[in-house]
Amino acid sequence: MNIIVCIKQVPDTTQVRIDPVTNTLIREGVQSIINPFDMYAIEEGVRLKEKYGGKTTVISMGPPQADAALREAISMGCDEACLVSDRAFAGSDTLATGYTLAMAIRKLKDYDIILCGKQASDGDTAQVGPGIATQLDIPQVTYVKKIEDVKDNHATVERMTEEGFEIVRTSLPCLLTVVKEINEPRIPSLKGRMKAKKAEILSWKAIDLDLEEEKLGLKGSPTWVSKIFTPPPRPKGHILEGDPEETTTKIIEALKDRLI
Amino acid sequence: MDYLLTEEQVMLRDLCRQITDEKITPIAAQLDKSEEFPWEVVKVMAESDIFGVYIEEKYGGMGGGLLELCIATEEFSRGCAGIALAFSATALGTDPILLFGSEEQKEKYLPSIAAGKRLAAFAITEPAAGSDASAMQTTAKKDGDHYILNGTKHFITNGGEAEIYTVVAMTNKDRGARGASIFIVEKGTPGFTFGKKEDKLGIRGSATRELIFTDCRVPKENMIGKEGQGFLIAMKTFDMSRPGIGAQAVGIAQGAFEASVKYAKERKQFGKSISSFQGIQFMLADMATQIEAARALIYASARQIDAGSTKTVSKDSSMAKLFASDVAMKVTTDAVQIFGGYGYMKEYPVEKYMRDAKITQIYEGTNQIQRNIIALNLIKETSKS
Repeated sequence: MNIIVCIKQVPDTTQVRIDPVTNTLIREGVQSIINPFDMYAIEEGVRLKEKYGGKTTVISMGPPQADAALREAISMGCDEACLVSDRAFAGSDTLATGYTLAMAIRKLKDYDIILCGKQASDGDTAQVGPGIATQLDIPQVTYVKKIEDVKDNHATVERMTEEGFEIVRTSLPCLLTVVKEINEPRIPSLKGRMKAKKAEILSWKAIDLDLEEEKLGLKGSPTWVSKIFTPPPRPKGHILEGDPEETTTKIIEALKDRLI
Repeated sequence: MDYLLTEEQVMLRDLCRQITDEKITPIAAQLDKSEEFPWEVVKVMAESDIFGVYIEEKYGGMGGGLLELCIATEEFSRGCAGIALAFSATALGTDPILLFGSEEQKEKYLPSIAAGKRLAAFAITEPAAGSDASAMQTTAKKDGDHYILNGTKHFITNGGEAEIYTVVAMTNKDRGARGASIFIVEKGTPGFTFGKKEDKLGIRGSATRELIFTDCRVPKENMIGKEGQGFLIAMKTFDMSRPGIGAQAVGIAQGAFEASVKYAKERKQFGKSISSFQGIQFMLADMATQIEAARALIYASARQIDAGSTKTVSKDSSMAKLFASDVAMKVTTDAVQIFGGYGYMKEYPVEKYMRDAKITQIYEGTNQIQRNIIALNLIKETSKS
């Protein structure tokens, strides 16, 4: 079975701050990490390979530094890595990113399952995974918390919903986005780290993929960001104390005051 | 300070640091209380290839040496010295096989140790034979193709949890120090049982037990080296292992130091953080300097052994162990002082570091014995010239 894991390198969210003047992320001095949700996708990709055999390929679209993220994925057990990087991709929104990644995956050929984290911790859109599936015209299941079984060219998975979970059976190839409940990512072994250091990473530029130019980068990105800001902290709640009858009256009055 | 580690050594240190931060530190206080053996951490260490760092590649190891062992031990001990012992005491139990084992013994035992599938332990101490190891009572009598072991070992780190034991016993009591031999005894061998588990001041996440041998038959091919070489092998083992104890001590000191700096910056008294007071600053400066000096001595002695330079190894490794363990005791005591009343409470981590530090001045040769070794070698060296 061939598995492809899509990952994104993001700034370490525990360190990110926003410049109040320019409304942009302050990236200086902030460490880059693999998007935490993608760590679960990598772990699941490696587990699937260990269980069913085959190969796990990790792919990322981003600047040349994303090489480090791909090597980390190899240290965790991925077999091959592919970096899709070109200035022509700069400014891509989720539509352009989904398109570009889908075309790269098409070039990788023979895949059974594509895994993505449910969303990236920097943009939080949760759109790239579904975007890739749409471009490739394959089924997708989002928010997967368990892959029960893969057999007879089908996968049976559990996906999280607001109320509980659904069991979904889908044909292969398919794309799954995973949530953190699915597994606990391993700590890469020493041998894995050494292998990753020496690994050759496949590198593709725009010219290597069969792309339509108007779908790339800024040109192919209909999304525009009007403002990024730190939301004001939520004001403290007010706790009413006293016996239930008294407090109930107070609550009703308070609600009336606010015309609710 | 930059110790000019290789890329692989830095990789190892970072990996051990990650294991410590994610898997060891969060459970250190809990295991200190419950005295449970850290099997889950052992599993992570095994899956990360750590148990093989100092073992040759042909036996499934990573091909490193004593410096790698020290780097790993130091990092783990920064989180919890008791948990670290599952790893470092296994190395101690393995050293006699590494140093003097036959090819057959190495092939039989090293791969499973390198893979972290089986832990090891070294057994020399007895109730009446601590610093004076030659007073040991455990005997091994030859009987055809076997030796029959009788006696009790105590205070054995990893006792009961380890699968492979390297045990020193007297094969000829009349010959004194030249009458001892070392045997590999596997857990489950008939006649080999475990006694009480000790309730200790520190390193409580490590198991310390009695080993009891009652007509325990051990095949003669399990003898390491030759009959009568037991003490020699034990002494060479300690030469190798003392920098590891030093590394454990440095790790403990480093952990206590880091906690102290953090606390000193956060804790406010007289309207200022206490790190702004010179009394605290001088303590922190001394702690950092002592730790760095201890680490430098340990790395130097480990590198010397790895390079095969063994001329002054006994003295040098004793100095490393002696100095680092005294530093650990001093630094952890000062850490408790910086924390003040909070430092005395179990809610904060520094009192545990202080309790853990004490053992490093005692085991694998008390610091008084270390001074004996250093002085004896000094006198020997000077009388030759």
